[in-house]
Amino acid sequence: MANKTKKILLETSDVIIENKEYLTELDAAIGDGDHGINLARGFKKLKEKLENETFTERNELFKLTAMTLISNVGGASGPLYGTAFLNISKVISDERLDLDDLVEIAEEAIAGIQKRGKAEAGEKTMLDTIIPAAESLKQSRDNNLDLETALNNCLETAAEGMKNTIEMQATKGRASYLGERSIGHQDPGATSAYLMIKTFITSYL
Amino acid sequence: MVNILIISHSLKIAEGTKELAEEMKQDEIDIQIAGGINNGELGTDADLIEQKLKSMDCQDGIVVLADLGSAVMSFNMVKEWLPEEKQNLIRLANAPLVEGAVLGAVEASLGKNLEEVIATIEEKSIINKNNL
Repeated sequence: MANKTKKILLETSDVIIENKEYLTELDAAIGDGDHGINLARGFKKLKEKLENETFTERNELFKLTAMTLISNVGGASGPLYGTAFLNISKVISDERLDLDDLVEIAEEAIAGIQKRGKAEAGEKTMLDTIIPAAESLKQSRDNNLDLETALNNCLETAAEGMKNTIEMQATKGRASYLGERSIGHQDPGATSAYLMIKTFITSYL
Repeated sequence: MVNILIISHSLKIAEGTKELAEEMKQDEIDIQIAGGINNGELGTDADLIEQKLKSMDCQDGIVVLADLGSAVMSFNMVKEWLPEEKQNLIRLANAPLVEGAVLGAVEASLGKNLEEVIATIEEKSIINKNNL
């Protein structure tokens, strides 16, 4: 299981590195223009560490991801994603994951991000992708859907959440300084969160 | 003596703020900075903040001044990693960086305790610049 998780984290690193300029452009419109640069720096370091070490347990992989992002990103996304991954490392097992596990993982990630950033849904942040994605997983679990359908629904909901940030006004982070002028732009954090969720799901399926 | 840590996204802001604050010192206190990332790029370095908080003399407390979002966020995260007794001796001042650091340097170097230094910074750092 650890090998597959390592592969997923390596793919996630590649996706973020490939989207460095896109994320930076989104951030330049409403923030300080470093989201892609910062995340790519963190994930590049993660890639090096993943490639040079062997792992036997999933929680080690998520802990390494957390600490590497915290130490190397240099912007708010470091502590935010870092704390999300750190929380995930505390609950993830080495068993095959079912929908209950995925709901727990998503809730822990959200709790970690909220602990650091104090944001709620609707504030034009990464949580506007992640909270609807987690809600979708919960609904699928409550409706007894199979894992594949649940993950496909989750991905679709995450994409909608990301796109919904275009019409939102930012009330957290550097984008909030722009007030109403933040409306009309897709949030970079919501976009990086979508890219991660998309890579996790497509690699898992 | 209470010591001071200045955390900024910019190494230049951190260095300049320290320079201004040092000028007002009435006695020896330790003013340290954690500014920027990778020796001069803009950003906050959580590892550097951790290293400073661990190495600084914390016996009478440390007052922290930080600028924007991730500086505050990184500080809060790193603080939680420290032992609880040390956490209680490290306080983030709810104040603008430059004014807070200058006021803090004066108060701390006059031998005020942690509570007093924080109270003065928070009370006096928002000044009416149109009516000095």
